[in-house]
Amino acid sequence: MKWLRRSSSDPLWKEEFSVRTGDERYVTRRQLTKFLVLTSFGMFVGNLWILLRSAFYKAPTYPQQTVARLGEIPVGGVKLFTYPSAEDYCILVRTAENEHVGYSQKCTHLSCAVYYSQESDRLECPCHKGFFSVADGSVLQGPPSRPLPRIVLENRGHEIVAVDVRV
Amino acid sequence: MTRPNNIELPPKTRGLTAIAGAMSLIAVLLIVQIWLLSAALDSFLGGKHGSALPAAIFSGVMFLICFGLYLFVDRVDSNVRDVSGEQ
Repeated sequence: MKWLRRSSSDPLWKEEFSVRTGDERYVTRRQLTKFLVLTSFGMFVGNLWILLRSAFYKAPTYPQQTVARLGEIPVGGVKLFTYPSAEDYCILVRTAENEHVGYSQKCTHLSCAVYYSQESDRLECPCHKGFFSVADGSVLQGPPSRPLPRIVLENRGHEIVAVDVRV
Repeated sequence: MTRPNNIELPPKTRGLTAIAGAMSLIAVLLIVQIWLLSAALDSFLGGKHGSALPAAIFSGVMFLICFGLYLFVDRVDSNVRDVSGEQ
């Protein structure tokens, strides 16, 4: 087993701690520089990954799904539903007699569930106090930097149908 | 206390100063790159794909500058070691 044998005749401790005490700071700085450059390369690769994802992005198609009946919820009331998949929780708010709005219930900051506050007429995230406008889902206050994805709704007869998601 | 101008610093001290300067520049560029990555990711998740290309180009340029600085540090290090007679 030649490859298992140590190549140097120095003692093992000298091989493992090969840096002289006086040079310790010097070598550490060089190693840190190398580490920083590798991190910079990692950041560049991350940006390339986003570029590739953007280049090959295909807009998803969403199914049509009945989420509520007209008059099912009172004015100022809410109903929770899932759209487009069973894991995507959304919130439907009846803001006026003939007006309903739907948003993803997942906060764009750290994915906590938002709820509708009737007193302040806004969607609130209880985790970090992120507030969203109920009119268009835009950020009113707090750490979220993006608006809530909006569920496009259509009134069809006596039903409210979700047809699309706008991010 | 000020140092007289005619005293030349030892090569190792000069090398350390150069390396510290290069490291500082790399650290600043790295902070900008981290911000650029988070901003590009935020735009991507927000459905805006137009900012991905300029972000990738700027990030690549900054990486090349960092790599150039690393080569500079490596050269300075070799010179210092040659002058000091170290391995």
